[in-house]
Amino acid sequence: MSGLLTAEHLANIGREAPLKREVVTRRDIRKYSIATGQQLRKYLDGDEAPPLFHLALFWDVVDLDQLTPDGVSIDALIPPLPLQRAMAGGLKIEYHRPIRAGDVLVARRTLTNLYEKQGSKGPILLYEVTMTVETEAGEPVVTEITTRLLR
Amino acid sequence: MPAIDTLKPGDLLPGRQYTPDNVQLFLYNAALWNAHRIHFDHPYATQVEGYSGLVIAGPLLGEWLAQCVVEWLGDDGRLSAIEYSNRKVAIIGETLQSGGVVLEVDAARRKAELELYIRNGQGEVIAPGTATVRFD
Repeated sequence: MSGLLTAEHLANIGREAPLKREVVTRRDIRKYSIATGQQLRKYLDGDEAPPLFHLALFWDVVDLDQLTPDGVSIDALIPPLPLQRAMAGGLKIEYHRPIRAGDVLVARRTLTNLYEKQGSKGPILLYEVTMTVETEAGEPVVTEITTRLLR
Repeated sequence: MPAIDTLKPGDLLPGRQYTPDNVQLFLYNAALWNAHRIHFDHPYATQVEGYSGLVIAGPLLGEWLAQCVVEWLGDDGRLSAIEYSNRKVAIIGETLQSGGVVLEVDAARRKAELELYIRNGQGEVIAPGTATVRFD
């Protein structure tokens, strides 16, 4: 442990972001399907969304001045941390029902963990965000746990 | 396409080969609204972050793991859960191969567990994953 994280940082675990509400359009599904090289008609036609489409649907849309010089939007759920360089980590996703064009979906995001590790090239900070996606009526759609790395 | 009654551990998922280019990487990040420079700014990616080229977005590899499953399943089943991690970066110009294998079959509950991978040209697994599928 290099002790990068203080009690103040860790107090953010459990924090929730404001709810996000998004409309799923056929056009957005089609763009995503083409960009990801899908072959199934239901995806390419925009009827149903490919498995990781919810990432695109709920990716942060922020003003240009809220992007860091490397073009990353810092997750508002995460307190300012001593390491800044973002890297993809991993995902754990549970599907409850497919996402279809016309759906109106609500995402709730919670910071569920923040910890540090010693990587091969120095210390790494990891944070875990749990996102639950539901329909407006409260029907569960997707539950996702994302782990991201900062080095 | 697989059927739960004949499915057995060790059965292989065909998978696909990918050689993504700048255009696909651009469109993917545009669809996400992801402006991270390592995906489009070559001098930044190589000189500031020290990569050997433009970095293929991590969640795109996740989508390809899921794609390996849904293209194998067709209309015969559904992906009910997937988990993966990005272990090593992939750079534009590389050719990647997805694939998978059936780990366990629970015919009574009509579900199966799969192991998935994306390998780079050196044969290294850069994105390992697991998935649960249901046949209903």
